[in-house]
Amino acid sequence: MVNLNHQPVHNDVHINGSITLSGKVILNDINLTIKAGQWTALLGPSGSGKSTLLRLIAGLDTVADFNGLITSSTQVSLSSCVSYMAQDDLLLDWANVIQNVCLGARLRGQGGDKTKAKRVIQQVGLSQHAQKRPQSLSGGQRQRVALARTLMEQKSIILLDEPFSALDARTRTDMQDLAAEQFKEQTVILVTHDPGEAVRLCQSIYLLQDCSVNSIAALSPPFPKSIDDKAMFALQSALMTQIRQS
Amino acid sequence: MKQNKLWYSGFICSLGALFGLIMVWQVVVLITDVPRFILPPPALVYKAFVENWQLIAEHGLVTFTEIILGLMIGILLGVATALQLEMSPTARLFLRPILVFSQAIPVFALAPVLTLWLGYGLISKVTMAVLIIYFPVTSAFFDGLRKTPPGLLDLATVMQATNLRTLFYLRIPAAMPSLLSGVRLAAVYAPIGATIGEWVGSSEGLGYLMLLANGRVKTDLMFAALVSLGALSMSLYGLVNVLIRQFLFKYENPSD
Repeated sequence: MVNLNHQPVHNDVHINGSITLSGKVILNDINLTIKAGQWTALLGPSGSGKSTLLRLIAGLDTVADFNGLITSSTQVSLSSCVSYMAQDDLLLDWANVIQNVCLGARLRGQGGDKTKAKRVIQQVGLSQHAQKRPQSLSGGQRQRVALARTLMEQKSIILLDEPFSALDARTRTDMQDLAAEQFKEQTVILVTHDPGEAVRLCQSIYLLQDCSVNSIAALSPPFPKSIDDKAMFALQSALMTQIRQS
Repeated sequence: MKQNKLWYSGFICSLGALFGLIMVWQVVVLITDVPRFILPPPALVYKAFVENWQLIAEHGLVTFTEIILGLMIGILLGVATALQLEMSPTARLFLRPILVFSQAIPVFALAPVLTLWLGYGLISKVTMAVLIIYFPVTSAFFDGLRKTPPGLLDLATVMQATNLRTLFYLRIPAAMPSLLSGVRLAAVYAPIGATIGEWVGSSEGLGYLMLLANGRVKTDLMFAALVSLGALSMSLYGLVNVLIRQFLFKYENPSD
């Protein structure tokens, strides 16, 4: 395991406020703190406002209106310490794997560190594909490149917007393991609609339901849970029951 | 390898179609017994071509120069305008209506004016070609620039990219397929512009040669010039395609 000297990891993220979409309240007067250095799930159905929350933390435009404050516990501005991975791998078709991994540095005019890029590509198990273009990679491999690109950014807060949901079951589990391994020191906020994924990977789970955010008692570390973990299944079905009741 | 084979069979089919067309032409002449000064048979056109090839080549070179210059200047201007439109909202506000309005005037109608202003020489023909390809290139490239996948722009925001770098590393490459369609279209339009320019007023070029031959009822020579013009346009289109495939393929054919 190569040490990439991540930024110090101690900024909690506080979110206070309400989200409305054309006058309709999506999330009403929420108040939540996302703890530093662990995985937190924002779990909820489509339209529950989970992706909007993530985009707000990332500093991206949203269709919905947010009235409130998102702050970090340190003085550093949030937008300078986040990295973002979406369901779509967002790879550049015209660039090879290394160039894709170095995109951030290139966009900031810093000149990509090729040696570091190669190390990161090795970490996600794609060394043999470094010179290939994304079209010749499978869905799982493409998402690995996106993971490598995120790792390359060396940010302390990682925002994951359902990055595994388009993958097949096996690849999804592999990717979950890989991401959990690579991002074990960072603050990770995982947006998902899958209770199983939230339970398997996250130390804190927030359920976004009926315009409010409820904290769910999650399992204790280590993560990710083994795929045959009994407690994981129990919590998953309890969560599913709760989701279906609303 | 497979690609080569496909290309080769495509080439054979094109040759076959061309041969078929010539056969139809010959049959029409035989059946209708149309006078030679109305429609000369292919063999006569070929003879006229062989007898006058130097003359045709001379005039062809003039037309070719006009087309290439027009194509290069038109593409450059189109790309520059699209970038300007993309980067400046003010430019969008003022320039776009003018662009659309300029298309409402048929470019053909401008040819006499251009000849009047710019003379009988090269410049009026190049301008004609530029005018005719400027809009398709601008419009295609600008459309492409406006349609960058929103996810990529999100990524750029999170990565704290500067606007200029986002333009160069994301927006322009993402717009390349649109630009290249515009360029292909331009390669087809440019010869039209140059020829019209020559028809209206010139003393050289294939368009001029056609008018001259027509006026002297040398219909076979006119057809020889016409076929040469067609061959010139086709070669130009082929050349543009080869250049795109050679140097810009990665922006266009994701599967290659």
